[in-house]
Amino acid sequence: MSDIANIKLSNAQIAWRAAQDIEDGSYVNLGIGFPEMVARYQVAGRKAIYHTENGILDFGPAPAPGQEDWDLINAGKKAVTLNPGAAFFHHADSFAMVRGGHLDVAILGAFEVAENGDLANWSVGKDGVPAVGGAMDLVHGAKRVAVITDHVTKTGAPKLVERCSLPLTGVGCVTRVYTSLAVVDIEGGRFVLREKLAAISLGDLQAVTGATLNLDGPVADLIVPEL
Amino acid sequence: MDKTWDCPAAAVADIPDGASVMIGGFGGSGAPIELIHALIDRGPRDLTVINNNAGNGRIGIAAMIDAGMVRKIICSFPKSKDPRAFTAAYLAGRIELELVPQGTLAERIRAGGAGIPAFYTPTSFGTELAAGKPTAEFDGRGYVQERWLKADYALVKAETADRHGNLVYRKAGRNFGPLMCMAAAATVVQATRIVEPGAIDPEHVVTPGLFVDRVVAVPDARQEEDLNIEGAVYA
Repeated sequence: MSDIANIKLSNAQIAWRAAQDIEDGSYVNLGIGFPEMVARYQVAGRKAIYHTENGILDFGPAPAPGQEDWDLINAGKKAVTLNPGAAFFHHADSFAMVRGGHLDVAILGAFEVAENGDLANWSVGKDGVPAVGGAMDLVHGAKRVAVITDHVTKTGAPKLVERCSLPLTGVGCVTRVYTSLAVVDIEGGRFVLREKLAAISLGDLQAVTGATLNLDGPVADLIVPEL
Repeated sequence: MDKTWDCPAAAVADIPDGASVMIGGFGGSGAPIELIHALIDRGPRDLTVINNNAGNGRIGIAAMIDAGMVRKIICSFPKSKDPRAFTAAYLAGRIELELVPQGTLAERIRAGGAGIPAFYTPTSFGTELAAGKPTAEFDGRGYVQERWLKADYALVKAETADRHGNLVYRKAGRNFGPLMCMAAAATVVQATRIVEPGAIDPEHVVTPGLFVDRVVAVPDARQEEDLNIEGAVYA
C-alpha cells in the first residue's frame, strides 16, 4: 500500500480544490481556522462575498501588522479589512443569513463526517471546557455545506465513517467532503467518490475510509497545483 | 428627555447582587470595558452574565470572574486567547455554564426583546445541546424549541449616542448590542461621544432610543484587545 503521508495533499491544496467550486457571485462562510484558507485561492475573475457571523459581509484579508482595528475582526477574532461594498449588521441578522438559507456555501472543518451527512466538529467529548460558537448554526441553511479535512486523523484513523462517534454538530447536513486524498459527495445516505489522487488505488483509498465509497460514474483524477 | 448619566460608576451603581447582566461584545470587539470595570469597582456578587464569550486575559469579564462576582455564564464560546479566569473557575466548580449555540443565543435575546417567549430553530437538532428540549417537525425537518432570554441589565458599547439614547455602533462592534438593548429591563450604554438629538441622521440610527435607558460618555474608551496586548490587569 502506498504511504499516504507522502502523496496526500497539503492543507493549502485541499483549500485550493474547495475554492474551485465556489462560483462567481457566491455568498460564502468559511469556518474558523483551516477553512479560512479557502479565501486565499479564490479563482481569478470570480467574486465571492465572505460572511463572518460576528456581523460583516465582504471582509477582506488581514491588514498589515500594526494596522489592526480590533473592532474589525472575523469569527476567529483575527483582524480583517473591508472590501468596497461591505456591510455591518447585528448578530440576529447575521444568523438569519445563516439559518435562513441565504448563504450559498459554508465550508467547515471536521473531526468526523458520516455517510448519512452527520458532522462532528465541535467537541472531542472529553472533560474540559465545552465551546460551540456558531458551528451548530452554520451547518443549517447554507445551500451547500462542505467539509475540508485530512482523510484520516493524526493517528491514521478514518475521518469518513459510517456513523460519528463524537458529539454531533448537526445531522444529515454535509453535502461534499474535500479530503487530502479525494473528493466525496454525500448523496442518499452514502458516500459517492467523485475524484481521487491518481497515486492511490481505489482499494487503498477504501482501506483508509471508514464507510463504503460508492461509485456513480467515472472517478476523475484529483489534480491540484504545487502550492 | 435626557438619558445621559455623569459617569460609568453612577450608571451601574444600582446593579444588585444576583442580577442578570447582558454584556455586549464579541471577544473585544464592542466590549464595554469601562462599564464592566465600573461594575467591578462596586462589586455585586452572584451575577448571571450573558455574553458570547467568557472573558479574555485579566480585564473585563475575565476580571469579573477573578473577582468572584459571577455565579453563572450563558455564552456560546467560553474560550479565548487567554481563558484562564473562566477555565479555572469552571474546572473548580465555582461557576455554572449554560452553553448556547451562537445563533440561538442571538435569537433568544432578540426574542426576549421582541416579546416572543419561544421559537423553533434547526440549530442543535439531534445534538447533545438539544437534550431535554421540546422538538417538533415542520415540513419534514426537525427543530428544537428555544426560549427567550431577558436580563435585568444590559451593558453595551456604542460609538455615538444622542441624549434620547439613539445609537450608532462602530464596525463589527455592533454584534449583540442592538439585541441586548431590547432584552434588558435597564440598558446602560457607554458611548464614545454623546450628541444632541437631531445630530444623528434618523436614517442612520441603528438602535432607537426607546430601547436605551442610560447613556454615559466614555470619550477615551479603550479596546479590550489593545489592553490585553499591553498586558493590562484590572483588579
